[in-house]
Amino acid sequence: MAQSITEDSIRAALADRLKASHVEVQDMSGGCGQAFTSLIVSPEFVGKNSLKRHRLVNAALKDEIAQIHAWSAKCQTPEEYERERAATGGNDGPPLDGTAGGEVTGVSQ
Amino acid sequence: MFSRTILSRQLLRPAFAAPAARTTFLTSIQARFLSDQTRQAIDKAVSSAPVVLFMKGTPETPQCGFSRASIQVLGMQGVDPAKFAAFNVLEDNELRQGIKEYSDWPTIPQLYIDKEFVGGCDIIVSMHQSGELAKLLEEKKVLAVESEGVAEEEAAKKE
Repeated sequence: MAQSITEDSIRAALADRLKASHVEVQDMSGGCGQAFTSLIVSPEFVGKNSLKRHRLVNAALKDEIAQIHAWSAKCQTPEEYERERAATGGNDGPPLDGTAGGEVTGVSQ
Repeated sequence: MFSRTILSRQLLRPAFAAPAARTTFLTSIQARFLSDQTRQAIDKAVSSAPVVLFMKGTPETPQCGFSRASIQVLGMQGVDPAKFAAFNVLEDNELRQGIKEYSDWPTIPQLYIDKEFVGGCDIIVSMHQSGELAKLLEEKKVLAVESEGVAEEEAAKKE
């Protein structure tokens, strides 16, 4: 139950539970493995607004998120992902807003 | 005379800070589940202003990058300080845990507009970037009256 959470374990969980076709997970804890940001591409997001998508992810990763200190996500449908990649020249990835150069600062969850 | 000056200085807080000073609104009973009492206290907090942010730290001194980013967005959007309240979850553990269950949302900050849950930092930032947040704040009439259009509208109403 108290299995350690890694980029890989989160990626696997999302692929399994949300049928995510593409997942990028990035450790933003600076090494302690307690904070992650992610880009999640799943067909299950189609027709859902941002809040519903995040709720879906929060539910899928309920136990994981409860164990870590910070969690950030960007949720896209496969179509949105392709469009953004085309528009930005492949430059799409997990959100880093609120971090300092990709690392979390301040008080934990 | 001198002491009165000091007192009045203490009372004069920046407008944005005033709502955040409402700190002692929950007792520190360590409840595992959301009690009726906590729920009612959070209900009250959520309806204390049209725009309510539950955050770590205060608007002047956020204690977490995500709370800082969220407060910066609300500032950039021009939210009227008189229509805004911030609650520092670090000052009350019951609030800190309770708000997660209340909103069914695992992280802080959390934004409410007109008692409705909007989202956390990721959603606030993406809505800011897409223009959705500006639209929502304008619809809810919670922006500081600065733009000419609004000022004219107000003036027209008074005439």
